Amino acid sequence: MLPDIILSMNMKFPEEWHKKDLDYSSDQDEFLKGGRFRYRRLKRYSILLTAIVAITPLIIMTIINSHQYQKALKADLIYPISRQTSNTRRSLESFIEERRAALDLIIKEKNYEELYDHDKLANTLRHLKESIDGFIDLSLIDSRGKQVAYVGPYRLEGRNYSDQDWFHEVSIKGVYVSDVFLGYRDSPHFVIAVVHEKANADYYILRATIDSEMLYRKILSQILRPTSDAFLVNKEGILQTPSADHGKVLEKSAIPVPPYSPHSEVLEKKDADNNLYILGYAYIENSPFILMEVIQPEAFMQNWLTMRNNLVWFLGISIILILIVIVWGSFHMVNKIREADVKRIKLLHQVEYTNKMASIGRLAAGVSHEINNPLAIINESAGMLNDILSVGDAFPMREKVSKSVNSILRNVDRCSRITHRLLGFAKRMDTKIESLDIHELITEVLGFLEKEALHRNIKIDTNFPDNLPAITSDRGQLQQVFLNILNNAIDAISEGGKIDIDVKLRKNDKIDVIIKDTGRGISKQDLERIFEPFFSTKKEHGTGLGLSITYGIVQKLGGKIAAKSKVGEGTTFTVTLPVEAPITEEQ
Amino acid sequence: MQDLEILLVDDEEELVSTLADRLEFRGYHADAVLSGAEAIKMLGQKKYDVAVVDVKMPEINGIEVMKMMMKLQENIKVILMTGHGSTEEGEHGMSEGAFDYMVKPINLDILISKIKTAAGVRE
Repeated sequence: MLPDIILSMNMKFPEEWHKKDLDYSSDQDEFLKGGRFRYRRLKRYSILLTAIVAITPLIIMTIINSHQYQKALKADLIYPISRQTSNTRRSLESFIEERRAALDLIIKEKNYEELYDHDKLANTLRHLKESIDGFIDLSLIDSRGKQVAYVGPYRLEGRNYSDQDWFHEVSIKGVYVSDVFLGYRDSPHFVIAVVHEKANADYYILRATIDSEMLYRKILSQILRPTSDAFLVNKEGILQTPSADHGKVLEKSAIPVPPYSPHSEVLEKKDADNNLYILGYAYIENSPFILMEVIQPEAFMQNWLTMRNNLVWFLGISIILILIVIVWGSFHMVNKIREADVKRIKLLHQVEYTNKMASIGRLAAGVSHEINNPLAIINESAGMLNDILSVGDAFPMREKVSKSVNSILRNVDRCSRITHRLLGFAKRMDTKIESLDIHELITEVLGFLEKEALHRNIKIDTNFPDNLPAITSDRGQLQQVFLNILNNAIDAISEGGKIDIDVKLRKNDKIDVIIKDTGRGISKQDLERIFEPFFSTKKEHGTGLGLSITYGIVQKLGGKIAAKSKVGEGTTFTVTLPVEAPITEEQ
Repeated sequence: MQDLEILLVDDEEELVSTLADRLEFRGYHADAVLSGAEAIKMLGQKKYDVAVVDVKMPEINGIEVMKMMMKLQENIKVILMTGHGSTEEGEHGMSEGAFDYMVKPINLDILISKIKTAAGVRE
């Protein structure tokens, strides 16, 4: 029954367990090798998602803020422009209306003859100029278009306007305000003409020339700023007044004529170079003029650009800081997860190992007890036979019977040793820590093996450094460790071999005991399993527990054990022990 | 020494009977019983010098049997037998009053030696 149990237990050990045992010093990270990509991906996702969640709202907020600020800035700018355009419009309308009303009053107050009289007309012009500025000349035109009287700086008497559009328009509408033009006077001006009907259905026209420069000087120039321009255009977009940046009088304005509106309007426009500007405009009532007020973008763009630059800096620095924190945080977090995983895996392995050992221990104790009783019976029965044979009479084949009985007794003894070692395996956990000299301990162990080595012509060389410190460990268990390894070494050497025991003090308070034999060596496949319980290469001579016990003890004492071997050349075991064994809870 | 009275107690009949035969063969008289109850009964009938008692027995274990024996015959020396293959049970038994212990399977020569020593201590 026992071999079956051993076999079934042997099958239970997973591949990775004994592979790990072989190279005990290997980094636990190797267990996570397959998961490295997972951690990198986790890091990437963590950085990406956190960055999106943190930075997107910031960018959106910045954009919204920027737009709102821009909007507020524009609103702050547009309202005064609108108000100013409206005021200027009223001033212009008043200017024209005032002059029209003056002419209307003159034509109504004075009769044709008075107006026809040159001196009286000149006197009227003088009075007019004294009251209202801007008047250049004054003329009387009859219904046939002939200028019958003229007072002013030019010699224009007798001119006939019957073929001109304005004459027909004023004849129909009764009042007329012209575009600015050069005319016979060769200087920019516009005319206001009013009609007066006589009793005989005939009519005459009083026509005054107004210096258009007055509009610019008296009204438009008052609202000019370094970043703004104000001028008049007619409905064809021809400049009616000088302008700071948009051309000379009677040139075509680069700014297209805005659509008609009865109110003052403010528009955001872009010029040919795609630069933004603000256009405030108003159609001047009862005139062909359109007031245009142009604000260059610098005025508000300067504030806006400063604000935008500040926002960009703020956004940039915030994003960099957030990214630094996110990257650091993600690395830190993922590393913590990784460390926790490593710890968990280590713990799982430890638990797995401890559970296996405990199970094996319980099983071993049960098995050894159950076997020891029948062994005792066999032992006593065979002993009885031996006793009888020793005193009984000679009979044929007595020697053979005696030999068989002795064989039974020898094998009972062997079985007994196996059960004792099984129990030793189960109970090896108990430790007693004391200060000991490793040199003395190994020499003591060698004392047990001296005769066997001598008998088999095996030379044992030792090399202990002088400065070897005393170590704290369990004497009995360490003896078992070295006894097991040395026993195996002696078993591996057929005849006339050599065992070297080399002790080295390492820098990190550890001692290496290197036991090298010139035995037959262990194959690669077997080497992977030598620390596995019940694995033996000695066939019927071994229990398969020696190295497993050794491994468990070394691990318990805070050390490591590693084996290297080459078939035909020998095996080297390296036992690394701490100068101070860790004190476990159990101890 | 040959007149020593020895009592063997073990639930394994083959073991105690063979052991008794072997002791007999070497000139020692030994009674073999299969349980603690039988052993106590025997002690009521006869005085023994040494009792060899198995620790693990059904109903009453060897250490309890030993304690009862020592109450009945305070001079009796008890040698425990343990099939557990370890020294722990034996040492525990000695702390409870056993003279000595042996781990199964038993070496008869050593057992006889221990019996002699136990009896010698009495003398």
